[in-house]
Amino acid sequence: MFEFIQRFFGKPASSATAKERLRLVLLSDHLSLAPDVVESLKHDLLEVISRYCEVDVANCDVTFEQREKQVAMLANIPILSMRSRPAPPPPPAREPDPPQAAAPRPRRKRRKNLAGSTTAPAT
Amino acid sequence: MHELMQEAPATSAVPRKRGRAIVVTSGKGEVGNTTTTANTGAALGATGASVVLVDADVGLRNLDIVLGLEARVRHHVLDVLEGHVTLDDALVTDKRVPTMRLLAAAQTREKDDVDTAAFRDLISALRDRFDYVLIDCPAGIEKGFANAIAGADEAIIVCTPEVAAVRDADRVVGLLGDGRSVQLIVNRLRPELVRRGKMLSVEDVNGILRLPLLGVIEDAPDVIVSTNRGEPVALDPASPVGESYRQIAQRITGTLTGVPEIPRARSFFEKLFGGRK
Repeated sequence: MFEFIQRFFGKPASSATAKERLRLVLLSDHLSLAPDVVESLKHDLLEVISRYCEVDVANCDVTFEQREKQVAMLANIPILSMRSRPAPPPPPAREPDPPQAAAPRPRRKRRKNLAGSTTAPAT
Repeated sequence: MHELMQEAPATSAVPRKRGRAIVVTSGKGEVGNTTTTANTGAALGATGASVVLVDADVGLRNLDIVLGLEARVRHHVLDVLEGHVTLDDALVTDKRVPTMRLLAAAQTREKDDVDTAAFRDLISALRDRFDYVLIDCPAGIEKGFANAIAGADEAIIVCTPEVAAVRDADRVVGLLGDGRSVQLIVNRLRPELVRRGKMLSVEDVNGILRLPLLGVIEDAPDVIVSTNRGEPVALDPASPVGESYRQIAQRITGTLTGVPEIPRARSFFEKLFGGRK
């Protein structure tokens, strides 16, 4: 009720602001605390894109940035050329690359809820 | 530490207990961690259970003050760890709660002076003698934190409805790892502010932390007054906040189950029509 009136006058309740700030700061925290997850994400991302284009893997950069109202994933992936025919998705059993093969699971399951309205699913 | 190990069976002719070691921790300071430890401990003691409160905040000793036992502290935890006195010499008794003991921190020493393994052994020795070992964890996530959690297999997170407190609590939960049972106490809630949208609600806080809720403590003048006097509010039968602490104790012992009640402020209409609280 009160919130409604405040919204009517164009000013959100400060608890709503606090909640949103908390969501963003924790998302950032969790990303910076889980470098293995980010690394695994980057690996998978490049794998998918590589099916369609030849990618300059050495100069790829995937980062996360906390902005005013969202956490955004920024991927800078230089493309060398397009593939004439997209390569088929890899078979279910992935080729042996031991360090990445066992995808690190998210540190805690309940983190998932934080990825709700981000630009890119981050956890 | 060898003394401790030999001492335990000697003092307890009865078979050893295997009490529960619970660390009370929050990450951020100034959220009422020590007050929560003192009152939860006093309430546990008042149920008749034997409980020892251990102040792990070496260098900034406060638990004795909140309990009103500062004049009775003769020795501290490092005296015991370094073998200057026995555990029995260092345990402070409390006339108001005969089954409760306090093991004070050293005021003139530093957290780095405490050996983590030795502290863990001390907690283990205390578990042989008490039903509950409650450890007051210092703020921060450095050596003092590592010491405080070392011997604990359970944790109580104390968090206030503030962005910084929830963020730090979240970090601490991550550091505690998966091996411990972790529960949440939301401290200093102001239901009227929550109703007016000016404070995070318990649901907001626990929507992030997602922990079993052990209790909610309202921000009430009783707590300040009782701390001024050194009389734990948990021992005041007339205090609603004291009752909240007593219910927390009952949830820990298992005599009270179900979801804790979250204090709510009545809206204008509820007040007008005499709606129940």
